[in-house]
Amino acid sequence: MKGLSPLDIKLLRDIWHMRGQAIAVGIIVACGVAIMVMALGTLSTLSASRDAYYERYRFADVFTSVRRAPESAAARLRAIDGVQTIETRIVRLVILRIPDVEEPANAQIVSLPDTGESILNRIVLFSGRYPETRSPDEIIISNAFAEANGLQTGDAIEAVMNGRLRALTIVGIGDSPEFIYALGPGSLMPDDRLFGIFWMRRQALEAAFDLDGAFNSVSLTVAPGTDTALVIDQVDDVLAPYGGTGAIDRSDQLSNAFVESEMNQLKTMARIIPAVFLAVSAVLIHSILNRLIQTERQQIGLFKAFGYSRREITWHYLKFAIAITAGGVLAGFALGFILQNLITQLYAETFRIPDLTWRIDSFALFASALAALGSAIAGSMSAALGAAKLSPAEAMQPAPPVNYHQGWLRYILQMRWLDEPTRLILRHLFRFPARTAANLFGIAAAVALLVSTLFSFDAIDTIMEQMFFRTNAHDAAITFFEGRNDTALSELSRLPGVMSAEGVRDIPASLEAGHRSERVGITGLPADAQLRRILSADGRYVDIPSTGIVLSSQLADMLHVTTGDLVTAHFLDATRPVVDLPVTAVVDEFVGTPAFMDLQTMNALLDQPPTISGAYLKLDPLAQAAFEESVIERPGIAGVSLRAAAIDSFEETLQETIYIMMSIYAVIGGAIAAGVVYNAARISLTERGRELASLRVLGFTHHEVGYILLGELALVALVGIPIGCIGGIALAHLIATAMATELYRIPVVVNPSTLGVAAMIVLFSSTIAALFVVRRVRSLDLIAVLKTRE
Amino acid sequence: MPASKSDKQTSGQTDILMEGRGLERTFITGEVSVHALRGVDISLKRGELVVLLGHSGSGKSTLLNILGGLDRATAGTLHFDGHDLTHASDDELTRYRRRSVGFVFQFYNLVAGLTAKENVSLVTEIAKSPMKPEEALELVGLGNRVQHFPAQLSGGEQQRVAVARAIAKRPQILFCDEPTGALDSQTGIRVLEALDRVNRELSTTMLIITHNVGIGEIADRVLRMQDGLIIEETAPKRRLKPSEISW
Repeated sequence: MKGLSPLDIKLLRDIWHMRGQAIAVGIIVACGVAIMVMALGTLSTLSASRDAYYERYRFADVFTSVRRAPESAAARLRAIDGVQTIETRIVRLVILRIPDVEEPANAQIVSLPDTGESILNRIVLFSGRYPETRSPDEIIISNAFAEANGLQTGDAIEAVMNGRLRALTIVGIGDSPEFIYALGPGSLMPDDRLFGIFWMRRQALEAAFDLDGAFNSVSLTVAPGTDTALVIDQVDDVLAPYGGTGAIDRSDQLSNAFVESEMNQLKTMARIIPAVFLAVSAVLIHSILNRLIQTERQQIGLFKAFGYSRREITWHYLKFAIAITAGGVLAGFALGFILQNLITQLYAETFRIPDLTWRIDSFALFASALAALGSAIAGSMSAALGAAKLSPAEAMQPAPPVNYHQGWLRYILQMRWLDEPTRLILRHLFRFPARTAANLFGIAAAVALLVSTLFSFDAIDTIMEQMFFRTNAHDAAITFFEGRNDTALSELSRLPGVMSAEGVRDIPASLEAGHRSERVGITGLPADAQLRRILSADGRYVDIPSTGIVLSSQLADMLHVTTGDLVTAHFLDATRPVVDLPVTAVVDEFVGTPAFMDLQTMNALLDQPPTISGAYLKLDPLAQAAFEESVIERPGIAGVSLRAAAIDSFEETLQETIYIMMSIYAVIGGAIAAGVVYNAARISLTERGRELASLRVLGFTHHEVGYILLGELALVALVGIPIGCIGGIALAHLIATAMATELYRIPVVVNPSTLGVAAMIVLFSSTIAALFVVRRVRSLDLIAVLKTRE
Repeated sequence: MPASKSDKQTSGQTDILMEGRGLERTFITGEVSVHALRGVDISLKRGELVVLLGHSGSGKSTLLNILGGLDRATAGTLHFDGHDLTHASDDELTRYRRRSVGFVFQFYNLVAGLTAKENVSLVTEIAKSPMKPEEALELVGLGNRVQHFPAQLSGGEQQRVAVARAIAKRPQILFCDEPTGALDSQTGIRVLEALDRVNRELSTTMLIITHNVGIGEIADRVLRMQDGLIIEETAPKRRLKPSEISW
């Protein structure tokens, strides 16, 4: 200990003496820091790996699709000012036949230039080689699909291409930045088993889909400093005659939007959740330090009498807070690294980014340490300054006895059925309102944190209930390659197992209201639709009106319109009509920002005969296999998705991610409660040890004394839990709002059982912590209290 | 279990309420062992007021702790009202303290968060046939201070609340450890008057330990301790009233 000042030695001894409490605070700090390190670290890993991936494999800036455009149109696109590189492609959905897989699987098949590699959205090849130009059946498949189906180079896979079954040979396995998050038609979550990306030579695809000398997809990069929006407008103009569906920039590209949305979630998590932990730790540090200073009052007087300055005393106690917090910060780094590694591994399953590996993010470390130390200083400053302000003469006197008064509380306390220990508990609670409030805050924060994280389960249940049961009453959704007439529907209804069929048409459009404009897909549904329905915010079914447009609430918010307002719709279809439509209803949808209108009205507006782009089917469960067998052989069908498979994949994906995240939160939410209760009980025991020992001498049992010690905390918990539930619901709203994107929105639904679970976790961890302290009642020194003065 | 006070006159009972024989207590701290008691024989009769004198370190507090059920003797036997306390468990000692013993501490040890009356009820609630808290406070001359908190009472008043708290459950025996040690002589005498009155009116057996020789004059018997042994026993010719003594 040579070299340490006596004050520093005292500091170390103080910390050692209060190690239980120091550890409790340290754990809470560590949790806050760990979540911040995990979230920010994962964020920077994700963002750095993605950016490097985009850069190296030349992810395009603008994407668009078109029904069929001649290659000559490409030259006009290339001539647009600001377009740097352009690549035309053929992109099609195909249905697959995989041995041992019963559900219909799909692949998005993307063309490669006839020779060499793509210019944009290039493939990172993990194994194998590129297809030979002259071998039309060779393909590269995406890595996730290969892994999920146990496919290797050399294996064959059957695909229905334009109604013909073809055996394709896998020659390579790779990924591309365009499909980091690969979503199949009609699904919400990636299902690597049932959806994959295939790459094939252009020549082979042109032949298979009768697209000789034509393309149906364009990606391009924009020169730095160019306004992408202007380029998009010109691209749309060039492609309009060929059935262009409107270009989008990166931010609307599905895979990229999902990555962005995940990153947004991490940002939200890093901002909101650690703040709860650090606020609790600040409050705990405040109460510990206050107590320490009270105990050391006479010593402080002595130090001041020796000539230590106010600044030195303040700094001494700040160091106490900093030392405890620093320990928590270091532990938080370690825990954060572990969590970050865990989460990164989970992400690597979902987000197909090569070399998505854990790395240390120095900014995350710096920011979390700063936040933790900042909150520690904020929590300890007033106590430390209070210590420094004590006048030496006054401080060296023993502290005056706590002065209780008969306040309004007397009316409660006069109730005859109250026994003295309970009276004592109540009086103590109200005698130290700041402390009671701090403990209340701690318990409430633990509950709130749990509620605001555990509600995700309820939210998911709600989303699933609405998506899969209330709005989507169909068993299968069919997507056609292109618009088909009514006969397609009657063909489908004649397939085995089909009980009823309803047509649907999706048209890309740009909706404008005032100066606001949004790119959306408008879904046309039959007037009496039963298999795809829409719900109002209060959960009632809304009929599709024969005129006008129905907007999802997110879209209505984005456009700042409500029922009765007019929006201008620019349909991005061959005839490109522009019409003003009244908003006839605003409905509740969790996924995307959809808009709906009557199918018949839609076709009339487009001046087209009855046309559909897909269909919803109700199936006979007993004949489902026969249906699956026959549907994939129908020509013109691009994709089939089964609701049952969608539900399975939804649940499976969530189980992996959410359940791990939720268990982490449950543990650390419990840690907060345990820390708060342990700390409060220890302080109480230190302060009232003499009183409690006297009661033991007077014949009170361990249990009775334990009751006096803990009854107060039990009451605090009883009041804190409901407050925490309310706070948790508020926090859930905050988190849901912060995490909502155009892709999805999280409903704030908190089931009573979730509140119950949060309360149970807090009660359980509090009880464990309390038992640790109540053990010490047994070792109270009964003899010492007879002799010593406080 | 010890019989309650009302059984006191029952025939067949001896005069002796508490009896210790050959009590020894050795404290071992590290490699040093201290013999605080070296074989003390002591007996207390029912209704008797005994003063135990001794300098600090003489072993008087150790003896009181053992008699009061706060500590156990290393050797020797201890009986209370016919019951063997020598090998009593923690729970049995708690029960003994709860039912039969009253304590008055040097530093009062009142609960700051409870009023005078509530401090007394704290004990009466767990007693079998206690007196009313008001009655106990009346007995020590504090009938007008029942609703005051400790911080609102003088030292002497606080000690008298402690006496009221100790006697309210009608203990068979009352141990007072330097009850006037923290008080000036005038207030100390008022506390002694309270104790004297309790002893006379309730016939509570009382053991007062003190280093203040003057207090011995209000006792039926005076024991003097030194080096862990009782070295002298005297009985004053006349038991004085507290108001007649001074220090």
